[in-house]
Amino acid sequence: MSETIVPTRVYYTVFAVLLFCTGLTTFVAFFDLGFFSPVVALTIAVFKASIVALFFMHLRYSTRLTWVVAGAGIFWLGILFALSLSDYMTRAWGRI
Amino acid sequence: MPDVASPQEPPTSHVSQTPHVPGEPHLMHHFDDMEQQRETATLGMWVFLVTEVLFFGGLFAAYMIYRVWYPTTFGVASRQLNIYSGAGMTVVLITSSLTMAMAVHAAAQGLRRRIMGFLGLTLFLGIVFVALKGMEYYHEYLEHHIPGHGFQIVGADPNHAQIFFSLYFIMTGLHALHMFIGFGLLLTMMYMAWRNYFSAKWHTPVEVAGLYWHFVDIIWIFLFPLLYLVDRHR
Repeated sequence: MSETIVPTRVYYTVFAVLLFCTGLTTFVAFFDLGFFSPVVALTIAVFKASIVALFFMHLRYSTRLTWVVAGAGIFWLGILFALSLSDYMTRAWGRI
Repeated sequence: MPDVASPQEPPTSHVSQTPHVPGEPHLMHHFDDMEQQRETATLGMWVFLVTEVLFFGGLFAAYMIYRVWYPTTFGVASRQLNIYSGAGMTVVLITSSLTMAMAVHAAAQGLRRRIMGFLGLTLFLGIVFVALKGMEYYHEYLEHHIPGHGFQIVGADPNHAQIFFSLYFIMTGLHALHMFIGFGLLLTMMYMAWRNYFSAKWHTPVEVAGLYWHFVDIIWIFLFPLLYLVDRHR
């Protein structure tokens, strides 16, 4: 079986980075970054999710077909957010 | 009993009595080799996880729309939540993902006791997470933040604030439901490990359960900043 066994060192490093990012996002939340507050928070969240997916979920060591499926999910989500927001932000329909 | 690699012959289920490839009792007839079989199983779980993205995605989209419409109220409501409790829960869940990855790693080596140990740790951390969430829910109940008849909030439109709290309870509640499903999976994996099903040759259920668990962690990685970190600087 040609399954890659990921060395535990990788797992511990990813874990440390995740803890650091959690602390960072909590710390930064207390500063007024104006428009960029949610941008920074979500960028850190996307980064954390990416390293969980790539290393803990072995996406980095998976087939391209798996990459396509995972990517399709994210792409679909992007369409949902982009098209919904483009509607709701350009008219106040339904806002109470 | 020393923590040695499992013997070659696990219990008879999951094993063919007449393997179509000698020496590969786990290989099912419709696959060419074990690698293809294993990749198919993980691909199947990834497809399911994409449907979970659909499931949670709708709620995240609803959250986004209402936050764009009522940003100040979302800030006031978010500040009612305990940020340290949320951060603590995030740390607990991230640690559980580490222990889950270690469990899969142990399964790839067929180390029975280590598999059970790491799965047990993951389960324990998951239970700690849900206990913390339950304490938070109770706190929100005491503060009259449960949407509905007795809802009260200071400094924000109560109708808009109830939208935030509805989303809070539904999204974290759905996430907690997924945690409970995860507990069932973990217990099943622990039982299978205890019965010596897993070996370096075959341990697919542990891998697939791992994918599910990490995904539930990823959902929380997004829930934490969206629910707890809105306008914290005020």
